[in-house]
Amino acid sequence: MRGIEKSLSKFNEVGIRPVAISVDKPEESRDLQQKAGYTFPFLSDRNADVIRRYDLVHAKAGISGEDIARPAEFLIDKSGTVKWVNLTENYWIRARPEQVLEVAKTLER
Amino acid sequence: MNTKRLNWPLWLGFLLPLGAFLSYFFIFIWFPFTRDFPWANLLLFVIAVVLLFMGLRRGFASDRPHPIRSKIVSSIVSLLSLVVIALFVFTIFIGGRWLPASKGAPQVGQRAPEFSLPDSSGKTVSLNELLTTPINGNAPKGVLLVFYRGYW
Repeated sequence: MRGIEKSLSKFNEVGIRPVAISVDKPEESRDLQQKAGYTFPFLSDRNADVIRRYDLVHAKAGISGEDIARPAEFLIDKSGTVKWVNLTENYWIRARPEQVLEVAKTLER
Repeated sequence: MNTKRLNWPLWLGFLLPLGAFLSYFFIFIWFPFTRDFPWANLLLFVIAVVLLFMGLRRGFASDRPHPIRSKIVSSIVSLLSLVVIALFVFTIFIGGRWLPASKGAPQVGQRAPEFSLPDSSGKTVSLNELLTTPINGNAPKGVLLVFYRGYW
């Protein structure tokens, strides 16, 4: 997330809008955005409906046993087609902004 | 002869793994280079193991002022440190892999399921809006959806 914020101007330059999604309440996301200085949108999927539709539910993995999202990234083009996916196998290993930017360059405006 | 009595390699070998454990989550996690593979922390653990080994040798030396106490203390301290190291290796390399397979997740070439969700100001936005609202006056090329666990 911090990596995305750092590269946000590069993302904007190539025309990519990063969007974060979790089960956090909008207020919690606002807190996080303010504390960490994140300026891209954060969406709140309270009941993990969208997370379920994307098959990303990590069942009962929340702090009080609620269903949450596993980490995952999708690059979607303007027609709504998935162009790149990262489903990490290890929680501590994440996609780097450079990887996404590389693919983003190949998308059409 | 205070320097001879204080088993400094042992205590350094005890503190170092604690520092190495915590530093991953508070420092090294912020840099992809040290996060994706915790080589910095593993290096610190290797140094700690060497120190603990030196500490154990000192602890078991015959010239200690309290030989029995010294043996017990150095053994317990070394064992605790090894537990910290094991816990770290477990958390990163085994615990980190406890993720659902997500076989049904949208794949490259498929359509991303449409959705509408409230943003952090409570305003509902759809994927379609995210894909069409201009960025700095230009039509976007696309959207990067980043799903994450949540803030806690």
